Amino acid sequence: MHRTGELSGQFQTLEQQKESATLGMWIFLSTEILFFGGLFLTYTINRHTYADVFSFSSRTIKLSWGAINTVVLIGSSLTMAMSVWAAEVGKKKLVTFFLIATLLLGTVFLGVKGVEYHDKFVEHHVPGLNFDMYYCTNNPGACSLSPEDLAKEKVELDELTKKMGGETAVNANSQLFFSLYFGMTGLHALHMIIGAGLLLWLIKQSIAGRFTPQYNTPVENVGLYWHFVDIVWIYLFPLLYLIDRH
Amino acid sequence: MILTITTVYAATVDLNAYFHSLNIIVALVIATCKAILVILFFMHAYYGSKRTKLIVFAGFFWLAIMLSLTLSDYASRHLDVR
Repeated sequence: MHRTGELSGQFQTLEQQKESATLGMWIFLSTEILFFGGLFLTYTINRHTYADVFSFSSRTIKLSWGAINTVVLIGSSLTMAMSVWAAEVGKKKLVTFFLIATLLLGTVFLGVKGVEYHDKFVEHHVPGLNFDMYYCTNNPGACSLSPEDLAKEKVELDELTKKMGGETAVNANSQLFFSLYFGMTGLHALHMIIGAGLLLWLIKQSIAGRFTPQYNTPVENVGLYWHFVDIVWIYLFPLLYLIDRH
Repeated sequence: MILTITTVYAATVDLNAYFHSLNIIVALVIATCKAILVILFFMHAYYGSKRTKLIVFAGFFWLAIMLSLTLSDYASRHLDVR
């Protein structure tokens, strides 16, 4: 087939063959756009309906982790683009180098996500498991918040409880936020893991010197996938982490 | 080309570094994100064929249809008006 960059029977030119591969990836990405789009839509509608609860819940997430992750992921997109460039100019060692760099950055991202999820478990923000928005303010010292932050949160939480008409309402509606949080970031993380697997496959091939200026379609297409996953995160980050940060 | 990417990414990182009170800032960040999206298009779809560009546009256009139809459904429910 086109594993060696040769023309397969069904194509007229090499360019057509390459284009069809890219096209296939874009069609797949279109389905992914719809996939994530549905979740973003759910988020939008619920955020509009429960603006206060979402605003409060978003502020309980540590911003620094999200910001670090954004930088890491954009960096990994950069290294991915560099590896595509390196393949196009024929610098084989650089291809491997940048692919490994992308993989490393992706793993850092996943590691930070793991830390964040652990924090959520500790703070009892996991819907269906031990969810209780009042856990941190009722048990000072259980969550890693400074006393002033804790006091601020208590004040806001009390206001919110009054507005929503009771603790049950606050818990019920903030569970919505966290369900969406875990759902969307979890789906995104799953795509990152798949991307990491793809990168490993690419690295194995590039060490064997497979990619030349004539044949670098896999690198380019995995690059497309990786950039897409990056774009999803670029939208996820402000929507989940940056609601009404003062 | 690579420098362009680097500077764009650097600008994005700087914007991520400060947060203030206005929702407009959030909208700005999202707008920057869209700019990055365009840049990534520069990397790929810009150098692609018209067919590729069509598929890319079609994907987002379909999403736009889905979003606008669903949101207008919700907007016209008027549940809070008695």
